[in-house]
This record gives sequence, C-alpha cells and structure tokens, in this order.
Amino acid sequence: MVDIKNVFKMYNQKKVVDDVSISIEKGTITSFIGPNGAGKSTLISMISRLIAKDDGEITIDGQDIMKTKNNELAKKISILKQSNSINLKLTIRELVAFGRFPYSQGKLRNEDWVKVDEAIRYMELGEIQDKYLDELSGGQRQRAHIAMVLAQDTEYILLDEPLNNLDMRHSVQIMKTLRKLVDELGKTILLVIHDINFASCYSDHIVALKDGKIIKQGRTCDVIDQCVLKDIYDMDIEIQNIDDRKICVYF
Amino acid sequence: MKIRYLVLILITFSFASVFIGVSNVSPLDLFHLTEDQAQILLVSRLPRLVSILIAGMSMSICGLIMQQLSRNKFVSPTTAGTLDSARLGILVSMMMFTAASPFQKMLVSFAFALIGTFIFMKILDKIKFKDAIFIPLVGLMFGNIISSISTFFAYRNDLIQNMSSWMQGDFSMIMSGNYELLYVSIPILALAFFYANKFTIAGMGEDFSKNLGLNYRQVVNLGLIIVALVTASVVLTVGVIPFLGLIIPNIVTIYRGDHLKKSIIHTALLGAVFVLFCDIIGRLIIYPYEVPISLTVGVIGSGIFIYLLLRRKKYGL
Repeated sequence: MVDIKNVFKMYNQKKVVDDVSISIEKGTITSFIGPNGAGKSTLISMISRLIAKDDGEITIDGQDIMKTKNNELAKKISILKQSNSINLKLTIRELVAFGRFPYSQGKLRNEDWVKVDEAIRYMELGEIQDKYLDELSGGQRQRAHIAMVLAQDTEYILLDEPLNNLDMRHSVQIMKTLRKLVDELGKTILLVIHDINFASCYSDHIVALKDGKIIKQGRTCDVIDQCVLKDIYDMDIEIQNIDDRKICVYF
Repeated sequence: MKIRYLVLILITFSFASVFIGVSNVSPLDLFHLTEDQAQILLVSRLPRLVSILIAGMSMSICGLIMQQLSRNKFVSPTTAGTLDSARLGILVSMMMFTAASPFQKMLVSFAFALIGTFIFMKILDKIKFKDAIFIPLVGLMFGNIISSISTFFAYRNDLIQNMSSWMQGDFSMIMSGNYELLYVSIPILALAFFYANKFTIAGMGEDFSKNLGLNYRQVVNLGLIIVALVTASVVLTVGVIPFLGLIIPNIVTIYRGDHLKKSIIHTALLGAVFVLFCDIIGRLIIYPYEVPISLTVGVIGSGIFIYLLLRRKKYGL
C-alpha cells in the first residue's frame, strides 16, 4: 500500500500540490490524469522522493519514505521519468544491469545476471541487447528503460508519461506489458498519462488532478464520466461504450 | 582496439623514451652501465618516463570523470576553469606562504581548483541553454577570468616568469627529487577506478541516481575532489597539458562506450601513450633541443579535437 496523507508542495508561493490524500492498493494500475500543470508529475516525484514535499506524510507499506534509507527504498520503489534525457553511450544490457545497483552496488552476482536476463527477455530485447541506446528507436529505448526498472525488481513502479513520443503501436505494446506486469507478476504501477483513453482502457483506478487538488479518484468506470471529465478538462467529452470499454471522444 | 595492443604500444614507447636524449645511453649498455649513464637513467630518464605516464593517465581520467559528471562531452579541466584555478592557487601559495613545501603548495592549489570547479558546476546548473558547445565556451571564459586575476597579481608581484612555467607543461625539468608529488595521483586514481560504476550512474542524472538509491551529491563531490586534487598535483609538477582530458576520453568513448567500468583503463592507457608519443616527438623534432610538451600536445591535440567536432556534426550527436 502507498498511503499519501495531506501532502502539500509549493513553488514560488503557488500551491502545486494542495492537500492531496490517496491510498493505492497493491496489484493495481493507477493512472494520474489531469490538464498540464495539475501537479501530477510533482506528486509522483514526491512519492518516489525525487523531490521533497513541504508537508504531509507518504508511507509505503507503513514505512515513511523520508525515514527509509535510499538504498532500501530503491529496492521497493522505482521511478522512470522521461527517458530521452540520458545521452550516454551504453548498451541495452549495460543499462538494464544498472537496475541491479541497489542490490549489488555494481558488483553483479549470478542471481543479479539472472534478473537482468529475465528483464531483457520480458521486454523482448534479447536480439538487440548489445546495441547502444543511441542506435535505438524511441519505442525500443523506452522498452530498454522499462527493462531496467524490471531488473530493479521493485514492488512499486512509477512511470512519468511513459507513452511520450511513442507511436500508437508502441504505446499499446507498452501498456499491454504494464498490464501483464500487474496481472502476472503482481506489481503495483502508478503512472502519469495524458491520453485518457489509454487510462480508461488499461488502469484499475484513476486519480484526476487539477490545480494541485484531487477532483475525483476511484475506479476507472467511475472517473471516466462526462460530468467528471467536464470538471477536469473544462470541455465536453462524449463517452462511448465500445466492446465494454469506455472511449472518450473529445475531438 | 584491444587492451593488449595498447599495453604493447605503451611498453614500446616507454622503452624508446628512456633511450632518447642528448647523453648517449643505448639499450645495449643496459647491463654494463657506466656511472654517468646510470645517473642519467635514475635521475632524469626514468623520473621523466614515470611522470609522463602518471600525468597522461591522470589528466585523461580527470577529463573522463568531468565529462561524465557534467554530462557534457566537451567539459574537461581545460574547459571548466579547473586548470586556471589550480594555477591561481599556486600563485597565492607563492605570495602568501613563501616558505611552503611543494606539498603545502599543492594543498592550496587543490583548494582553489576545487572551488573553481564547484563554481563552474554551479554555473552549469543555472544555464538553461544546455548546448554541447556553449557550455565549454562558458567554462573557457570563466577560466580566462580566473587566469586574468592570476596575471594581475603575478604582475604586481613580479612573478610573471614564475607563473609562465606553470602555463606550459614541460617534462624537461623533471628530475628525481622534484616530481614525486605526482605519486599523490596514484591512490586517487585507484579510488576513481573503484567508483567507476557510481560515476556512470551519476552521469545519467540526479533523478536516475536517486531512483537507484545512489547518493548523487556525494558521488559528484567526490568526483570533483578527485579531479581537483589530481589536477593540482600535475600542474604543480609538470604544468598545464592542454586538450588531454578533452580528446582522450572522447576517442575512447567512440569505441568503448560510456560505461566507465569498460572505458576507464583504456582512457588511462591511451592517455599515457598519447603523452609519451608527443613527448618523444618533442624531443626528436629539433634534436638535440626540445619542444615543450604543451606545444606538441597542443598542435596534435587541437587537430584531433577539430576532427572530433566535425565527426560529431556528421553523426548528429
């Protein structure tokens, strides 16, 4: 369980995250949606202690994240932010192996390599594992980063806009993999996502934020609702049921 | 390039280096050296070789660490104000503590180099426009400002000539008794090797490091301390060797990638080979006189640097 209680964050006198409380169940995908500047990325960065919160409490399985050792936390929770920022010339395999750093401090043992191999296989990167990151397409690179997070083998995985810059095929591929991670391996995934239809089709829970406040949180079917979406995005969004999926038409 | 070729080349060049010079010592004499020849070997030739090897290795590794930590391929002690700050430190120690031992001078110089590099890294944090070429240019400007401060004080204290000996790297003055300070670099380089994995992670950014539970600030600070300490010891004994920290890591990256664990030994070896090569050329080109190392390295190094720049453009990196 991730428990977030009355969390605040201010930037230059502006409340970016304003009294947010959420609790996230294990073994689910929770999507954070909302317009630009709603505080989604800030919130997810605070959960993974990349940025410090101003007030409130965040606990993971009952442990306060600020009181947990960095290295211990890195075995419990991982975060992937926009991945294009890495411009090092590393091979996929080298990158994935870094996912074992919290366990091995760089000296990988046999069981670490087993995890690395598993992660590479899971993301179907076996054939290109010795290619350098700068030789890959955007989709391959994103998969390589997710493989690294998999090798890190944390119960909780946080992803900040994992579909950024990906085409439809790769987006679907990534989301299906995430679903598989939850259903097969029992991971708990939190993601910030802009496309509400991806959120609607793949997540169990949705948290809708606006101006730093929670507008609505709950099961996907409750949040994907015309009135709720109107509140969040200030636009009329029609919802159609196609094959038991709620698809938002907002064009 | 295989590591054993590098080692082989290094040994060959080292051998050549020992037997090149005005006084005639040939490999054939090795087993029945006259007293003079033994003196020359022990007092001048071998210390020179050792200092070339250490300086070459350590300045290249400094460049490698700085490029990793600043996440910019064109940052090095030359282009981040580190060298200039180290020189200012030496000047200050000469003015304020005239009786200081070389080791004390090095500590003062180290402190300055460290502060200078920290300031550069702070400037780097503030710059929004993270262009690969723009950042080293800022570093060069910053270095020149520090350098002009040094010149100002040196001028007022009649130390200009003294200063210029640190301006130009030169191995011809190396003799046993005045180069041993360089040995300080060896344990520090061993530490750098030990931290190779952590530097690589730090090179992927603060968020990335935190995600993996790495104490980012601590690793960056350690890296900068290593760079400052090594730079100070090299500048004080040999002088400034330009371009070395810039080109060697870049060449190694091309064929070994950016994983420090894979590239650090290659960087060290190639750095040593390159300086040895430049030193041998410098000694042969106007034999029996010699050209200072900073000149040969400068000429060959700038050529390679231009090649790297053009190559980078071609590959759009």
